[in-house]
Amino acid sequence: MPTTGNPVLNLSVFAVFVLITLYIVYRVSSRNVTASDYYAAGSSFTGAQNGVALSGDFLSAASFLGISGGIAAHGYDGFLYSVGWVVAWLVGLLLIAEGLRNTGRFTVGDVLAFRMKQRPVRAAAANATLVISFFYMIAQMAGAGGLIALLLNVSSKWGQALLIAVVGMVMVLYVLVGGMKGTTWVQIIKAVLLLLCVTLMSVFLLGKFGFSLSAIMQQATENNKLGEAVLDPGAKYGFSAMSKLDFVSLALSLVLGIASLPHVLMRFYTVPNASEARRSVVWATWTMVIFYLCTLVIGFGAMALVGTDTIAAAPGGENSAAPLLAFRIGGAVLLGIVSAVAFATILAVVAGLTLAASASFAHDVYANVIKRGNVEPRREIRVARLTAVVVGVLSILGGIAANGQNVAFLVSLALALAASANLSTILYTIFWRRFNTTGTLWSIYGGLGSCLLLIVFSPVMSGAKTSIFPDLDFAWFPLGNPGLVSIPFSFLCGFLATVLSKPEADKADLAAEMEVRAISGIGART
Amino acid sequence: MTKAMRSPGEAQHEYREIRGFASFDDPEALSYVDSNGNPNFELIRQTDEFRTLRRRLTSFIFPMTALFLSSYLTFVLLSAYAKDFVSTKVIGVINLGILLGLGQFVTSIIITLGYSRYAKRRLDPQRKLLAEKTGVEE
Repeated sequence: MPTTGNPVLNLSVFAVFVLITLYIVYRVSSRNVTASDYYAAGSSFTGAQNGVALSGDFLSAASFLGISGGIAAHGYDGFLYSVGWVVAWLVGLLLIAEGLRNTGRFTVGDVLAFRMKQRPVRAAAANATLVISFFYMIAQMAGAGGLIALLLNVSSKWGQALLIAVVGMVMVLYVLVGGMKGTTWVQIIKAVLLLLCVTLMSVFLLGKFGFSLSAIMQQATENNKLGEAVLDPGAKYGFSAMSKLDFVSLALSLVLGIASLPHVLMRFYTVPNASEARRSVVWATWTMVIFYLCTLVIGFGAMALVGTDTIAAAPGGENSAAPLLAFRIGGAVLLGIVSAVAFATILAVVAGLTLAASASFAHDVYANVIKRGNVEPRREIRVARLTAVVVGVLSILGGIAANGQNVAFLVSLALALAASANLSTILYTIFWRRFNTTGTLWSIYGGLGSCLLLIVFSPVMSGAKTSIFPDLDFAWFPLGNPGLVSIPFSFLCGFLATVLSKPEADKADLAAEMEVRAISGIGART
Repeated sequence: MTKAMRSPGEAQHEYREIRGFASFDDPEALSYVDSNGNPNFELIRQTDEFRTLRRRLTSFIFPMTALFLSSYLTFVLLSAYAKDFVSTKVIGVINLGILLGLGQFVTSIIITLGYSRYAKRRLDPQRKLLAEKTGVEE
């Protein structure tokens, strides 16, 4: 099939990328000894560097291939999806970044347990981090399978499984060798490559159509069987009352979930102070705006030049829109580059996730819950590295099992989980003095539990043709994304549990310290 | 390093008993920092400088959050429930919905730049004032 280009070329561009980044990771992290180095890159990155890395965490395969493909296939509805990814950064900028940077050191658990009873809260925070990261990771690894099918023309399940395993092992290597510093550099390199790639492609496309977006869209409608209706809402999400409500729920999870993902939150620790954390979100917002403007052009460009039917028929389906467009406009070489960048994207994002999950286990569960804070940093890092290997193996297995599942769905579920478990708790603990341990536990477990429960009984699991278990039907919750219910529920749980339980008078000093540190940043480095 | 690895909560318990004891050298500065060098956060929290900072911060971020969330949700709800309205063609085949979506990009940038400007002008100097008054550095 000519549309897949030259697999050998794709693979060699990818191999060159891996070799170069591995070398850089090795070079930047030769003195990777302290816990701060491993988890937070010694807080040595600038706001600009971290901002690019932050956006790198989001320019995942799901958003690069998924959203440009979504636009190429469903027009307006694909574009809708991308708006949430940009707006979501405002939550991070205004509400979370600085307070989190000022009160924590390595993990979300640091902030949530700051003025609460250490062990139960840290355990809860780690549980939430592990569940959220697991869902997100499975989505990325499942995406890797589809991508491999498309780009390397490997169609046998065994061949794909082997390649997923290779992807997983390279990613663990990044984490083991480089820690946060190495992972961040991989993220930066990849984000810059990806941005260059999409910007050049869009400028080229716009030039081809006389710099008129309208002209691209005009031709796009001619290559879609819906015609001009594809530019209107509804091509994907439909018009039934439930599908509309489901869409609103998804939109809410997107905007509130992105800045609550553990591996994103952890990024704020890689900068030296709160004002650099603020600067990094500003950078991330700019890069995301540019990126999603480009995906709009690329998505409609693919629809115009390749055609929706050709895309749908290609191996990898919708996800193949951007690579097919690259092949159409730049031949096998451009396809090779786009493929390599897409691969690199999966590697980098999964490495970040592995690091977040292993830090949460080693720092919160092992060091603070099991060892009650009495543990040698060296030993803690050893546990973190061991955890990274375990997480890597689990994600390889999960990725092989989930190969072929709907990636966007899995990502949106991870976002709903993150918004439900983390957002309410972080906001309460930073901005509400009365909030206490009981409230913290209720808002974490209430949000996480209700979200998981609703996912299990939703059409995602059973009762529909696209379900994970299509032959069973135990679904009673009508929405595919539970965010609309579980996010407010976690806010309610945290509020009620706090006002109905006693204030923690013995924690008043810590509450004062947290408030002063979160808002003013003074004393934050002591 | 072991000390630094402990949770923030555990290292704090000593200063409570020491609070209120003045030293001979500089009683003025020591009222915010005890003899062990630990800041007295409760006192700092009650200073006018801190209250002003907190008021300036919250009076910006909460209304702004309400603003961008409602603008985003309006866009989402219009797309879901007012299909004909957002399908109105404006420039060529580009319809109102696409423009509203791109408008979200623009408002995001405006709010982002607005906040960093506000933080530089109104928040960071106030933080500096507080740090100077209390003698507690970042």
